[in-house]
Amino acid sequence: MIGRGLGRSYGDAAQNAGGDVAVMTGLDRILDVDVEAATATVEAGVSLDRLMRTLVPMGLWPAVTPGTRQVTVGGAIGSDVHGKNHHRDGTFGSHVRSMELVSPAAGPLTLTPDGTPEEFWATTGGMGLTGLIRQATIDLFRIETGFIRVDSERTADLDTTMSLMAERDSSYRYSVAWIDCLARGGSLGRSIVEFGEHARRQDLPPAKRSADRALRFTPLDSVPAPPWVPSGLLNRWTVAAFNELWYRKAPKRAEGHVVPAASFFHPLDLVAGWNRIYGDRGFLQYQFVLPDGAEATLRRIIEELVAHRCASFLAVLKRFGPSNPAPLSFPRPGWTLALDLPVTFGELAGLLDTMDEQVVAAGGRIYLAKDSRLRPEFLETMYPRLPEWREVRDRLDPEHRMRSDLLRRLPALAGGSSAPSAPSGSSASGEAR
Amino acid sequence: MRDALGTVQTVLLLGGTSEIGLAIAEQLARPRAATVVLAGRDSSGMDSAADRLRQAGAGRVETLAFDATDTASHEDTMAEAARRAGADIDVVVVAFGLLGNQELDEAGGDGAVRVATTNYVGAVSAGLAAAHLLKAQGHGALVALSSVAGERVRRANFIYGSSKAGMDGFFQGLADSLAGTGVRVLIVRPGFVRTRMTEGMTEAPMAATAEQVAAATVQGLRSGRSVVWVPAPLRLVFAVFRHLPRPVWRRIPA
Repeated sequence: MIGRGLGRSYGDAAQNAGGDVAVMTGLDRILDVDVEAATATVEAGVSLDRLMRTLVPMGLWPAVTPGTRQVTVGGAIGSDVHGKNHHRDGTFGSHVRSMELVSPAAGPLTLTPDGTPEEFWATTGGMGLTGLIRQATIDLFRIETGFIRVDSERTADLDTTMSLMAERDSSYRYSVAWIDCLARGGSLGRSIVEFGEHARRQDLPPAKRSADRALRFTPLDSVPAPPWVPSGLLNRWTVAAFNELWYRKAPKRAEGHVVPAASFFHPLDLVAGWNRIYGDRGFLQYQFVLPDGAEATLRRIIEELVAHRCASFLAVLKRFGPSNPAPLSFPRPGWTLALDLPVTFGELAGLLDTMDEQVVAAGGRIYLAKDSRLRPEFLETMYPRLPEWREVRDRLDPEHRMRSDLLRRLPALAGGSSAPSAPSGSSASGEAR
Repeated sequence: MRDALGTVQTVLLLGGTSEIGLAIAEQLARPRAATVVLAGRDSSGMDSAADRLRQAGAGRVETLAFDATDTASHEDTMAEAARRAGADIDVVVVAFGLLGNQELDEAGGDGAVRVATTNYVGAVSAGLAAAHLLKAQGHGALVALSSVAGERVRRANFIYGSSKAGMDGFFQGLADSLAGTGVRVLIVRPGFVRTRMTEGMTEAPMAATAEQVAAATVQGLRSGRSVVWVPAPLRLVFAVFRHLPRPVWRRIPA
């Protein structure tokens, strides 16, 4: 069995061929909001969208939001998601005070970072493989408005982008760079870098400063991509044109621009079914993190993408802060790049396989919540604390009843070279390990 | 488990010394050093095939006794293959088959029955057993090596051709029965392929190599096709052949 929230993982983490999938979105009650303590207790199937619509008018905001609101709290914990404030505030899991886990071996458990650190951190980022998360109490930020004050800058190349982010992100809560992965030569790595802070009352025009208007969270309901949009609209040329436009329309430099929080954090939520423009074969995401000092690898990977003319729309670069104690949590200090890649591109499998090698060689790792094709033999090198995680998981689920397609595809999640289902005496994949 | 780009981790080859089957296994196994289980009768032939696969980049290679005509054993063979694989099986390739000798077999003896039993009865039995296994897994692909010879049966090789016609029809129906189960069927219809089986025969036009058949199969699996012809233009050729008048068709030589 595996739990499933809103199904926004890009890979197979919430799929379970031949087994059961527990759809958790029925557990959708917000049980308690403590305005004094700035915490909320919610059932695991509550979406961040619903939570924000409830919390913003109360002057509260979830401490971490990923690029879409259409994820559940349970999914956000299982994938230990991060947002544009990772360099400051860490991951979603770092703001969970306690959670209730239904584990196959021990039944319902209340997990806290202090009381049950091993189980708590194995479940945080544990990809749903320690049991079903039923509910959680999370920390919230206090906000004065539902707006973000944005400073942005257009950069001419990769070096400028990276040095700008390294220099300035410590003075902002939120930071991110949108890289144009089709720009070549001297423009390689040209970006729009955005820094943001929750806007204060006085940042708003006087007419909008009343509590009622300032704490408004009314994102447009997503409009479906119109049916006349041809499927497979994206190709090298349309993406190049889009990226060019996106880059050109951004001002060279803008300060103190105030935008609704939803448009800063969740640009994709505006169009339901946006993924359809990638055509029948769809697209995949490739997100990796490289430690500080591996900037040369980052540059080489972007150069390769450019050389392959591998259309990527919305490549996102960000600096991570310190990791949390979760053994399978993705973020670690350094640079992370997230790429959308259309599957029509013929050499994609081979290209990503060589990128895996470079990421591993540089001491980096890929993000399991977005993965759908990692070379299985690299998992344990990328996540050296995997054995420690397996030990805790084996206590919570000794029979490995929690299973997913992700676990089948990456057998090291089940057990190193001696998976329980494997016949004795034959290692799972010979010399590959 | 197959990944998002169609790369697989375990392959079961029924007909463990089939040249086309081995070429398919080799191309499927290479990118992820996949586990391959070879199932067949010729154990020494399979041992050398296993060596070849390992050299070509396969990971672990296991061999298993399997006789297409011993239909009572097929369910057990599948279970054993799954056990040896140690993981779900991503692709099962049904590659066993006999060409027979049309002239001799027409004249008498048990040759014709052996061809029919192996190519049709054996494929029905093993195909069902494999489908049961994959259905229980909830995912997987079944590759059936059919032949253009079954598309319209010819005077020159109607014993072999009719066995492939039956086999091809069986897998078409099986594919439909598996819709919605997560299991896919790919029927591969090669023309003349240069292998041991066809050695010494006069080569037909548009002949292919085992590697070409394998490449088309791997591509078909990736793109989710239900039928591939090798080479692809044979599909058009047979669209015409199907409608040739009988007196003309019967004169088409080997």
